[in-house]
Amino acid sequence: MRSPLAHAALLHAGPVPITAPVIVTWGIMAVLGLGGMALTRRLSLIPSARQAALELIVEAVDSQIRDTMRVEPGPYRAFIGTLFLFIFTANWSMLVPGIEPPTASLETDAALAGLVFLAVIWFGIRAGGVRGYLASFAAPNPVMIPLNFIESLTRSFSLLVRLFGNVMSGVFVIGIVLSLAGLLVPIPLMALDLLTGAVQAYIFAVLAMVFIAQVVGEAKPAATIANEGTNP
Amino acid sequence: MNWLALASILAAALAVSFGAIGPALAEGRAVAAAMDAIARQPEAANTISRTLFVGLAMIETMAIYCLVIALLLLFANPLLR
Repeated sequence: MRSPLAHAALLHAGPVPITAPVIVTWGIMAVLGLGGMALTRRLSLIPSARQAALELIVEAVDSQIRDTMRVEPGPYRAFIGTLFLFIFTANWSMLVPGIEPPTASLETDAALAGLVFLAVIWFGIRAGGVRGYLASFAAPNPVMIPLNFIESLTRSFSLLVRLFGNVMSGVFVIGIVLSLAGLLVPIPLMALDLLTGAVQAYIFAVLAMVFIAQVVGEAKPAATIANEGTNP
Repeated sequence: MNWLALASILAAALAVSFGAIGPALAEGRAVAAAMDAIARQPEAANTISRTLFVGLAMIETMAIYCLVIALLLLFANPLLR
């Protein structure tokens, strides 16, 4: 049985091996990027059916950000929306025959979790400056500094393992059932995987929002105190 | 087959089976509580089911961790090289 933790290289670009998940990721990037460009080329004040559908997606993302983070969605829409759309498309890309979702490989999920890790730092610094961001580690009181530091690493790791485990276990179970039972038997399992994929994309985006909202909330008051000069 | 491989397979099976017990009980309790809340307050069903889904995924992660440990034992065991 093939290990779900490693992928065979399909081709080599110089010394860099290129595996199937990388190529599928490029495909999804091309579909999302070119599709987004093509669909938003002729926007008008009186929306067509196509534009109304697009606005529905953006509105849904906006309302989720507003509900979860309790701030105006402007600065976060691009990051959170892209994260959700990419993971959702990646999880549902198994509807195309012969394609395994790239989120079922450890590397893609590690990259996504790393992006969230960096985004937390970026939004924290943007909200409160470097000083405010560092002060957010001492949030309830300075005793928590080591714990907060470890938490910022482990929660990224847990994001990675959660997405990887859920998607990969679905692919794995389908493979096992297919080899045991036959051609049409795993279809209900695939339907369940579509649900899991959608929920996991939503969870990933919500957790990214929660982490960012937390660091923004904690970095801000420290910055305002520092600006007033009362904090030595 | 040496005893190290045997122990790894046993440990993987034990990790998945016992690791599933806790999350199963927890998910049952969470769904029961959410049903109760929706029955009492049907107008809050949207918020409750959204939070329930997030919570269920968080609980499920514990079982997924066990699955990942089992797969590490079976496919990437450093002791079997």
